[in-house]
Amino acid sequence: MPDLLTRRFRPGPAGGLPCVQMVELVTEYLEGALSPRERRRFETHLSRCEHCSAYVEQMRETLRLLGEVPPEPLSDEAVDELREAFRGWRSG
Amino acid sequence: MAAPEADSALVERLRAGDEDAFMALVRELSPSLLRVARMYVPTQAAAEDVVQETWLGVLNGIDRFEGRSSLRTWIFRILVNRARTRGVRERRTVPFATLASEESAGEFVPVDLDRFAPDGSWAAPPRRWEEDPELALRSDEAVAKIRAEVEKLPDMQRLVITMRDLEGLGSEEVRNALDLTETNQRVLLHRARSKVRAALEDYFADA
Repeated sequence: MPDLLTRRFRPGPAGGLPCVQMVELVTEYLEGALSPRERRRFETHLSRCEHCSAYVEQMRETLRLLGEVPPEPLSDEAVDELREAFRGWRSG
Repeated sequence: MAAPEADSALVERLRAGDEDAFMALVRELSPSLLRVARMYVPTQAAAEDVVQETWLGVLNGIDRFEGRSSLRTWIFRILVNRARTRGVRERRTVPFATLASEESAGEFVPVDLDRFAPDGSWAAPPRRWEEDPELALRSDEAVAKIRAEVEKLPDMQRLVITMRDLEGLGSEEVRNALDLTETNQRVLLHRARSKVRAALEDYFADA
């Protein structure tokens, strides 16, 4: 746990991960980068904590919305130029 | 990521001069290439030039493509190299991998610490967005908000989140294209995603 958190928060006797650390680990969790043991601790907390599960859901929704930002296609002109360039390349 | 077999079939078609295969690939990848190029150069026109140069680089290099990375990763590497060169030429500060350490250093707090109780549990917990019908109706606005937030991120965080979450590239593809370590890539992604989530939360709270 980063120093900042250790200084400020004292997890209760129940042990395990405090919520404040769950939000630090969420990307590692979603990326599959946690060790099996850390992953189990993370998922145990998640199954018992509605707030952290809401947090992870918000993160998933954020990712879904990020995927909806529309791309801009290449201009028709540029596409035509590339077709010409391809023909030139093929015959050259 | 395309399967290597699909890649090699496509590479064979390109080498054989199959115009349909080339144009299909140009249409599929150019929007993503354009978006990434745009982060290195000052104008949309310059970004289009970079994308065109990239495709010419692909044609000229396709005989040397060995399939050690996916075709897509290889194309993005060409793009990033060209875009950097162009960005430097236009005297723009361009995102380099060295910035990655800078942007992933120091302490980072994904959620304001005031929202936690002294034992580290939530004091001001997040809402469940999926139970809020109002929010579902505002997803267009949310996407616009997201776009603006991504624009505000530091360069490397913006590049990583754009390639990963807007374009859907895999972590290995992004690491290879940008020469990042696994940890740096993940830390940059974490910071970027956390900031965007926080901004969305604020935005929905004001609704």
